[in-house]
Amino acid sequence: MNTTTAGAAKPFAHAPEPTPETLPFWEGARAGELRIQRCRSCARHYFDPRPHCRHCASADTEWTRVSGRARLVSYIINHRPAPGFRDYSPVIAMVQLDEGPTLMSNIVGVEPLPENLPLDLRLEVRFEERGEAVLPVFAPAAPDTDEPNAAAVTTGSEETRQVTA
Amino acid sequence: MTTTTSTRPRGMHGGTVAVAGAAETTEIGKRPDTSVLGLHIEAARNALADAGLTPADVDGVATAGPSPIDVAHHVGVTPRWLDGTAVGGCSFLSHVRHAAAAITAGAAEVVLITHGESGRSQVGLPGRARSASSPPGQFEWPYGAIAPYMKFTVPALRFLHERGMGREDLAQVVVAQREWAAKNPRALRQDLVGVEDVLAAPMIAYPFSKDMCCPVTDGGGALILTSAERAADLRRPPVYLLGSGESAESTLVSQMSDPGSFGASRRASSEAFATAGLSQGDIDHLMIYDAFAHLPLYGLEDTGFVGHGESGAFIADGHTRPGGRLPVNTNGGGLNYTHTGMYGMFAMQEAIRQLRGEADAQVPGVRTSFVHGYGLFFSAATSLVFANERP
Ligand SMILES: [Zn+2]
Repeated sequence: MNTTTAGAAKPFAHAPEPTPETLPFWEGARAGELRIQRCRSCARHYFDPRPHCRHCASADTEWTRVSGRARLVSYIINHRPAPGFRDYSPVIAMVQLDEGPTLMSNIVGVEPLPENLPLDLRLEVRFEERGEAVLPVFAPAAPDTDEPNAAAVTTGSEETRQVTA
Repeated sequence: MTTTTSTRPRGMHGGTVAVAGAAETTEIGKRPDTSVLGLHIEAARNALADAGLTPADVDGVATAGPSPIDVAHHVGVTPRWLDGTAVGGCSFLSHVRHAAAAITAGAAEVVLITHGESGRSQVGLPGRARSASSPPGQFEWPYGAIAPYMKFTVPALRFLHERGMGREDLAQVVVAQREWAAKNPRALRQDLVGVEDVLAAPMIAYPFSKDMCCPVTDGGGALILTSAERAADLRRPPVYLLGSGESAESTLVSQMSDPGSFGASRRASSEAFATAGLSQGDIDHLMIYDAFAHLPLYGLEDTGFVGHGESGAFIADGHTRPGGRLPVNTNGGGLNYTHTGMYGMFAMQEAIRQLRGEADAQVPGVRTSFVHGYGLFFSAATSLVFANERP
């Protein structure tokens, strides 16, 4: 899966700089896949990236593509975004993947109001271009889909129109 | 140096080490006239004067922000012990713990711990330590989780949700602490407020309104630590360190082991009580680092002063206010008094004032004070138990 380049990509001041240990995560995002490390010894997924298992310290680990399904753990709705973030979702959220790990992300595809964001809301991953970067973000899951919609790639400006509509 | 013939347990806790000097910068709040390093120097000189010592008496320096080398050089100390532990706002509490170990081990005799920040005026900043390749640079900043109010606040809704609590409980924290601030002439926010006022204040980051977030100020503070024996010969009444603990989880807020309870707080406070040989019921006065209004709620529960889910009602019922049975954040807290960025030094300064009997909002009969600090949002925590008598 390739990312789209629809829309004028604005420079993004806070693009992540991958390290050798995290590069598969960011390469996955660019390919429209959410990739998380999994331990072969204890069969658990873990985050954030490192060469050995966070749970059992085994070095027998692999990068896997995960479902992209998640639930909303907690969040804020930021009314004073940092410079360069006005075009992006103000919902800064902790999301727990169905495979176990929790990530910080943004919630897109929904008007950023508390009534739209009950805790434990079911989510699915999307991929959003911010300048040269591609980030995994999350949207409320469509109730009738069991498969993750990992193919959906949107730009920040498109998301902004949805979010602020 | 005198030797003790006491039968009390040896080690860094139990009153072996004391605070012999303590002071804040002469003014706090707005200091465009002074650099970060200048605030450290001013605080250091005030604390040395308080202790009746000179830089020549100091052989150990600890700080976070600038290098302890810069602080030693500019204060005029020739160090034989240095600690640059930088784990955020609780760093200075950790410095106390580390200094007590060093003094007890003979690695230092008189330790100077300094804090200073130009949070408001941004004069002479020591530089940002993290990059876009750090864990937060990769996994938080790209999502706009950069400044404290965008990160430290994120787990709060889960805490409240798990307990059937809400924004009113955040507001009650502000209402209670403002009653203390009203008694502190140095506090930035002194006006009494009600729950509705706090809820109706401009929204910063839902669920946090402006009054639920600390101001950003300039200022500093410093402590002088030495052995209890040396402190007994100095001019101020010693404040003894009875116990301490510290721990950490991750620099990523998303990697908290439980967003509704901070594991590092539980571990740090548990060790502080154990090393002090005291329990929550023995504590007369409590300081909980409060950059935001959820932290006294987390802190009361994670340090075991109240049970799970009891923090909101405990505050709303008035137990932490003037006249309450557990006075909390009696300077008004970081929410009202001052918050330079790494607030922990100010929490300790208020505990020491209370134990010396010289606080603006003095609580009668304070003999023990528990200070709990957070660092780098929910990354690190340190707890200290102070007392004005050796056990
Ligand atoms: Zn494992």
